[in-house]
Amino acid sequence: MSIQSEDVLKIAHLARLGVDEGEVSSYASELSNIMGLIEQMQEVETTGIEPMAHPLDQAQRLRPDEATEVNQRQSLQANAPDVEDGLFLVPRVLD
Amino acid sequence: MYNKSIKQLSDSLHKKELSSVELCQYFFERIKRYDGDLNSVITLNETNALVAAEQADLQIQRGESNALTGIPLLHKDIFCTKGLRTSCGSKMLDNFISPYDATAVKKLAEAGVVMLGKTNMDEFAMGSSNETSFYGGVKNPWDLNTVPGGSSGGSASAVAARLAPIATGTDTGGSIRQPAAFCGITGIKPTYGRVSRYGMIAFASSLDQGGAMTKSAEDAATMLQAMVGFDPNDSTSLDKPVEDYSASLGDSIKGLTVGLPKEFFSDDLDESIREKVEEAIDVIKRAGAYIKEISLPNINLSVPAYYVVAPAECSANLSRFDGVRFGYRCENPVDLEDLYKRSRGEGFGNEVKRRIMIGAYVLSAGYYDAYYKKAQQVRQLIQEDFTRAFKDVDIIASATAPSVAFSAGEKADDPVSMYLSDIFTIGVNLAGLPGMSVPCGFVDEKPVGLQLIGNYFAESKLLNVAHQYQQLTDWHQAVPAGFGE
Repeated sequence: MSIQSEDVLKIAHLARLGVDEGEVSSYASELSNIMGLIEQMQEVETTGIEPMAHPLDQAQRLRPDEATEVNQRQSLQANAPDVEDGLFLVPRVLD
Repeated sequence: MYNKSIKQLSDSLHKKELSSVELCQYFFERIKRYDGDLNSVITLNETNALVAAEQADLQIQRGESNALTGIPLLHKDIFCTKGLRTSCGSKMLDNFISPYDATAVKKLAEAGVVMLGKTNMDEFAMGSSNETSFYGGVKNPWDLNTVPGGSSGGSASAVAARLAPIATGTDTGGSIRQPAAFCGITGIKPTYGRVSRYGMIAFASSLDQGGAMTKSAEDAATMLQAMVGFDPNDSTSLDKPVEDYSASLGDSIKGLTVGLPKEFFSDDLDESIREKVEEAIDVIKRAGAYIKEISLPNINLSVPAYYVVAPAECSANLSRFDGVRFGYRCENPVDLEDLYKRSRGEGFGNEVKRRIMIGAYVLSAGYYDAYYKKAQQVRQLIQEDFTRAFKDVDIIASATAPSVAFSAGEKADDPVSMYLSDIFTIGVNLAGLPGMSVPCGFVDEKPVGLQLIGNYFAESKLLNVAHQYQQLTDWHQAVPAGFGE
């Protein structure tokens, strides 16, 4: 599987990942090599094999629907790049 | 003092020959003296550590202590530590002060250990050489021109250089075992779900598992005991009784059956590594174990399957880094999309970006069945191979890594060649099994690791075999030249 420069740009956009223009072609060649490694999986026949969901077949636990989190807004927002009155600030999204 | 076991140090503390404060100061001095060459520790916790050490000394005086009270430790910087920078080796989290403790950190603190600081690591645990860290590469104390392995390379290098008696690590594809092998120390990754992942920054959630990096199996048993156990805060934590790992260390291994997967001993295996591993297996055989060749027919597909599952999960987990709620934010974003793209583009290093892109690609519309589903089916086949093997054998042994520590820069520009350095360790993560690495000799004066793989929940058996091996050998006691007194 060969990944072209336009594929890199598309994937980077999907992942909201800024990539320098000068690096696009080297990413394309590195990602192609990695996909080449991944393609080795196609050697084995897997029709009818159940995909593994959990190594020990454990199901998700349920807990009572009770609020357990205490309010830690201040300590959690202490790490935010930009906050005002308890709100996270981002560039204007609506004109 | 630097080469003493947890038990010996604890005895000295309890006999009042030494205080925890003195012990911590001793290791801080070692860190300051030696770490300039190694770069294994990225954050020191000196003031708080000395306060915690005083508390530990009081507990010992009051008789409220246990095996780990007052013992210094380093945490891999992937574990959240309240009030202390938790960077995960990334520019993205260079300014992140965790508001809470990881469960493993909390449990170890409750057991009385004193955190000296945080260790360097590959960025977001993605790497096998510790060269992807934002804080620069870590050096291997056995040869400063070589890498310590990764991603827990800082912990491995620090324990090998005796900068702390013990350190935490995490293992997603070999990140405890491979650096343990490269640095000549003992490392154990327990069964998936044994150590809580709460507060352990997520890379690939179905594979990530915390564990212990120590000088010996005896120390690993004591340390791991304090880390494991059910945690309601981790939805994949196992609610199952835990064995007493130290209780069975002294058991005889007579009659034990050790499986050698023929796929791990093929003609491709480096001859000098093979020789050391076979010598180690011979020691175990002479202690009364049976040796049996086994086959894991699909194990050669573990690296390809891993490089679908791990990047796919990483692309989902790392979507939380958006430049809005915590972590790095770019300067002067023009709009929200620019804020996301530049914060992530500038905050993540190249290896993390490659893996996010591979993950986004294999999960993108139309490719799910061909890649992610296929990889999970291959994973099932690999697990079935192990299940079949464990019907005939008690443990499996192999080399931990296909080579000794390689030179810095040697594989940095070739991701696929770097990925293949985890060829013997990755299958264990895909199947969720426990595994460990113990030192078994030297090639070109660099340590070689023997990997031991157990069935689910067989941590006691692994530690028992490793301890018995270490009673008959002294590779684990070797200290790299230049890092003595």
